Amino acid sequence: MMSYIVLGVSVALLVSSAAIAVYAERRIAGAIQNRYGPNRVGPLGLFQPVADVIKLILKEDVTPSAGYRFLHTIAPIIPVATAIMTVAVIPFGDGLYVSDMNASVLYLLAIASLGVYGITIAGWASNSKYSLLGGLRASAQMISYELPLGMAVASCLLFAGSLNILDVAASQETWWNIIRNPLGGIIFIISAFAESKRTPFDLVEAEQELVGGFHTEYSSMKFGMFFLAEYMHVVINSMLITTFFFGSYHLPFAGAWLPELSEPLKMALDVSVFLAKTSFFVFFFIWVRWTIGRFTFKQVMDLGWSKLLPLSIINFVVIASVLYFLHNGLS
Amino acid sequence: MLVMEIYAFILLSLLAIATSIGTVLNRSAVNSALFMVLHLLTLAGLYLLLRAQFLAIIQVIVYAGAIMVLFLFVIMLLNVEEEENIIKNTRFGFIGAFMVGALLLGQVVYSLLGLAGFLPELSGQAEAIGTVEAIGDVMFTDYLLPLQVTAILLTSAVVGAMMIAEFTHADGTPQDVIEHAPEDRVEEGGA
Repeated sequence: MMSYIVLGVSVALLVSSAAIAVYAERRIAGAIQNRYGPNRVGPLGLFQPVADVIKLILKEDVTPSAGYRFLHTIAPIIPVATAIMTVAVIPFGDGLYVSDMNASVLYLLAIASLGVYGITIAGWASNSKYSLLGGLRASAQMISYELPLGMAVASCLLFAGSLNILDVAASQETWWNIIRNPLGGIIFIISAFAESKRTPFDLVEAEQELVGGFHTEYSSMKFGMFFLAEYMHVVINSMLITTFFFGSYHLPFAGAWLPELSEPLKMALDVSVFLAKTSFFVFFFIWVRWTIGRFTFKQVMDLGWSKLLPLSIINFVVIASVLYFLHNGLS
Repeated sequence: MLVMEIYAFILLSLLAIATSIGTVLNRSAVNSALFMVLHLLTLAGLYLLLRAQFLAIIQVIVYAGAIMVLFLFVIMLLNVEEEENIIKNTRFGFIGAFMVGALLLGQVVYSLLGLAGFLPELSGQAEAIGTVEAIGDVMFTDYLLPLQVTAILLTSAVVGAMMIAEFTHADGTPQDVIEHAPEDRVEEGGA
C-alpha cells in the first residue's frame, strides 16, 4: 500500500518538478545575468510554465515530409519514459520507496543506458543534417560517460556491500559517501552532467553549430516532451547524486547525534531532507549552466576516455584494496 | 500468478519472434537495428520470467544499452540506405519467412499447451541461482580461469582492432593516404 502512495506522489512530483525547474532556470539565469527573467504571467511570473505548456499544445505539430513519421513520433516518448521508470527504485526516506529490488543499482544503469535511444532516433528520423549530428554526438557522449558513471557507482557499492540502492542509502547514515570517496563523487557529478546533456556538455544541441541539435525538426508538444525530459533528467540526476554521494535522506553524521524519532516525524524529516538536497543540486545544475562555457567535442571525448575513466578505475581499485585490508588485516 | 506468467511468456515470446523476423526482413538497416533492440529487450523479459534478474539487467545494459547503440551509431554515420536485399523483389523470401514464422508460432503454442497442464514449480534453489550474489560467487571461484581467459581474449581483440585502425606505413603516413595518392597525382597531371 505504502509503495503505491509513494509511486503516485513521486511521479506527480517528478512531472511537476520539471515545470518548476524550467521556471527556476529562467529566474536564476536572469539573476546571474543581471536581468529579471519571466515576471509578467502571475505573481513573480509563477504561471509562466503554465503559459508555456498552453503555447506548446496550441502550436502546429509538424513532421518533416521526408522524415520517418513513426520513429519521429515515438522518439520523444523514450526519454520521458526512462526518466519516470527511474523513480521505481529511489528511496525517498526510511521505508519510503516504490520497490525493493535485489539489483536496483544495475536497474538504474540499465534504464539510463536506454535513454539515449530517444535522442538518436529523433536525430535520424528527422532526416536533417543538424538533427543527425546532434543525435550522433548524443550517443557518443552518453556511451562514453556511462563507463566512469558506472565505476563511480561501483566504488560506492563497496561501502554498502550490496547492489540494492536501499542498502547504499542506509550505509551513509553517519559517513556520507562524498567524505569516504570524494574522487568518486566528483567523477559521478561530472558524468551525471554529461548524461543529462547539460552545459558544459550540451554540444548535443549547440545552437551556434547545430541550430537545435536533435530536436531541430520538432515542434508543438513533441518538442515539449523533449524539453520535459531534459528537466526530468536534471531532477533525476540530482536525486541520484544525493542518493549515492550526499547521504540520501540522512542529515550530516545523523547516526552520531540524531535521537530516535517517532515514525511520522522521522518520515517527514527524511522526505524534507531528501527534497532539500535534491533542490540544491537542481540549483547547482542551473548555476553551472550559466557559469561555464561549452566544451568542444574533442575535449568532451578526451575528458571522458583518457581522464575520467582511468581515474575512476584507479579510484575503485584503491578503495577496494583499502577496504579489503581494513577487514582482513595485512596478513 | 501462474496464469500471469504464462500470459507474459506468450506475449514476450511472440514479440521476440516477431521482432527477430522484423530484424531480418526489414530493408532499412536502421529499422533492422531498432527491431533488434526490441528483440533484446524481450529476451531480457524472458530471462526475468526465469528468475534470472542479473542476466536480464546485464542483457539490457550490455546489449541493448551499449552494443546496439554503437551499431546504430555506425549505421547512421555511414548512412546505409535501402540495402540491396536478396529477398527484396522475390515473393519466395516472404513466403519462406511466413512459413518459418508460422512453424515457430505453432511450436510455441504447442509447447505452451503442453506446459500449461504441468508447468514445473520454480524451486527455491532455482530462484537463488539468478541473484547477483550467486552468480558472483560461482564466477569468481569455480569459473575464475575461464573468466580471466575471456577477459584477456576480449582485451587483445580490442587492441588488435586498434592496431589495424591506427596502422601507419614506415614513413609515418596513414595507410589510406598512400593508397589514394597515385590516383590523385594522375588527375593533377591530366589537368
